[in-house]
Amino acid sequence: MQRASTTLQTTPITRIEASNGWVSLQLRELWAYRELLFFLIWRDVKVRYKQTVLGAAWAIIQPVFSMIVFTLIFGRLAKLPSDGIAYEAFSITALVPWALFANALSQGSNSLVGNANLIKKVYFPRLTVPISTVLGGLVDFAIAFVVMFGMLLWFDITPTIRMLALPLFILLVIITGLGVSLWLSALNVQFRDIRYVIPFMAQLWQYGSPVAYSSSLIPNEWRWLYGLNPMAGVIDGFRWSLLGTGQITWSTMLPSVGIALFLLITGALYFRRVEKQFADMV
Amino acid sequence: MSEIAIQVEHLSKQFRIGANSFQKTFRETVSDAMLAPARRLRSALRGQGTQTATKEFWALRDVSFDVNQGEVVGIIGHNGAGKSTLLKVLSRITEPTSGSAMIRGRVGTLLEVGTGFHPDLTGRENMYLNGAILGMSRAEINRKFDEIVAFAEVEQFIDTMVKHYSSGMYLRLAFAVAAHLEPEILIVDEVLAVGDAQFQKKCLGKMGEVAQNGRTVLFVSHNMAAIRSLCQRVIWLNKGTVLKDGPSASIVNEYLMETVTSSSSRVDLREAVRHYDYGKRFKINDLTFNHGEPILHGEALNVSFNYEAYADVYGVSFGYGFSSLEGTRLMTVDSDLNAPRYQIKRGQHGQLTSTIDTLNLQPGIYLLDVGVRSGDGSALDYLPGCAQVEILPGPSTPPSMSRLDYAGNVRLSGHWQWPETAQEDRD
Repeated sequence: MQRASTTLQTTPITRIEASNGWVSLQLRELWAYRELLFFLIWRDVKVRYKQTVLGAAWAIIQPVFSMIVFTLIFGRLAKLPSDGIAYEAFSITALVPWALFANALSQGSNSLVGNANLIKKVYFPRLTVPISTVLGGLVDFAIAFVVMFGMLLWFDITPTIRMLALPLFILLVIITGLGVSLWLSALNVQFRDIRYVIPFMAQLWQYGSPVAYSSSLIPNEWRWLYGLNPMAGVIDGFRWSLLGTGQITWSTMLPSVGIALFLLITGALYFRRVEKQFADMV
Repeated sequence: MSEIAIQVEHLSKQFRIGANSFQKTFRETVSDAMLAPARRLRSALRGQGTQTATKEFWALRDVSFDVNQGEVVGIIGHNGAGKSTLLKVLSRITEPTSGSAMIRGRVGTLLEVGTGFHPDLTGRENMYLNGAILGMSRAEINRKFDEIVAFAEVEQFIDTMVKHYSSGMYLRLAFAVAAHLEPEILIVDEVLAVGDAQFQKKCLGKMGEVAQNGRTVLFVSHNMAAIRSLCQRVIWLNKGTVLKDGPSASIVNEYLMETVTSSSSRVDLREAVRHYDYGKRFKINDLTFNHGEPILHGEALNVSFNYEAYADVYGVSFGYGFSSLEGTRLMTVDSDLNAPRYQIKRGQHGQLTSTIDTLNLQPGIYLLDVGVRSGDGSALDYLPGCAQVEILPGPSTPPSMSRLDYAGNVRLSGHWQWPETAQEDRD
């Protein structure tokens, strides 16, 4: 669609014409707009903490309250096995990355519609919108992470060398969340009913991920199928590196990473393909 | 020297409107896709071609022109002529359907002031955010910070959330940021239609400065005086095509001559295009002059407004005015000059009537401006140039009175006391 090239006098020349079919991701242009990306993240975070009465506490309340409810229902009443770890610690290590993903899923999907006034009035690489929303979730995540870490210490769970692998699993949540929100944010502009599906989807997805239960309940021969849910890989990874429970099996990890990358790449391509209609439709 | 900055070739943009519009639900799309073969089969059996309910509408059709570097080009045309679509295509907000455009240089777009302003952020924070959205770097804003704040005259409030700003302050800050954008090509849409007269003047001055610095400017406006003073060249769009392209003085004249006058003395404003949140809290639905009778020079003028309030509003005052076709205000009638203001509760609607004893504006064609302000000085509804009205000669209008330029716009007979030495000439 739009190609920007640089002449010797560094006067950029832009050619504007109708695009057809699949278009390139324009990652270089995206990089040139990194400052805007930063400001969009900064705006979202700042406004979120300014507007809500609870401010930053919200980032803690969400996973901690879920943990309390999960512990009472699944831990005490249903007595689900938790790999020999206190159920509180067992569930919070899943709920913290889950909250990051759930934020990407819900906020990311609505990000284009929520920024309609920008999209209709000024040009910038549209990919910055869902990316900034998903990355903005990392601030909440960092706060929740500190609380979780304190809790683990309180339960006498001390970090091991395995914790060094944690950034990889955080990266995996981001990739998954971004992939999903690229798909859903673009679909949300085109189809008005997508937004009603998202809460339901988030709920189903949580049941399909080892948040309340342990993935060790899944029979070995079905592990690969279970691993097709990238969040299964993420949560297994979090528990493995923080609690030392379970093991990282390639049969879960490989499909998880594969699907996450697949979602990200196809999501970005699909997003770019339909992007030209955003300003007319959103 | 005069390198081409913008080269537009056969640019067209189509919109689909009507029953089968863009946005569908996912469910509709799926069911459409499943039913389409059956429908096609049915129409084939009936011997009809496939028919779509979609109405196609060309916002731009085969538009071509070149703009040289440093040229300041005004784009004029009636509502729906394709002006805004053209600007949106050239600033890459939306894609053309066919044709192409080549742009040499960085483009700054200003389609509205305050794009991306967030009410919960302070003036300072919004400056950086808005700057980033318009394509300014943080370093650039740091460098121009004091200049922007001074231009906007908001020094004391720079760390106040903008939701506590008056609408005037808000607009000043928003325009100030945009005015300090330094792209090689500036694309500006009707942003000067807002704010008070003094600030509009300041903005025009700034725009003129930009133009003199050798930057290329595309400028859409309904304000012909602004177009005339800023642009050397004008492109007149009509129904998506270029009707005229040439020196601004002559094209603006032709445009003003051609513009049809509404002869009706009732003006329907329900669907009129409004900027910002005008009309959201309080709206003028329509107004009628002289109970539907013509407006006559030298006679009383009666205006009745039908309004509707969507929120509780306080300190409300109404005003209307007549401007020349070039956009210069010639007279104003305000409800609060020597009279109280009123409060109106949400959900109420009513009719307000205003009368002046003698309308002294010369017979001719004028633009009507209408506005409603609330107690804090911000506009609740504001419709500059919302209609053209004709003032006809009245019974007391002397036959000699015509719209002569040297007579100004108001020509009065006055009371004169001649000395006795002078004799009345009864010829």
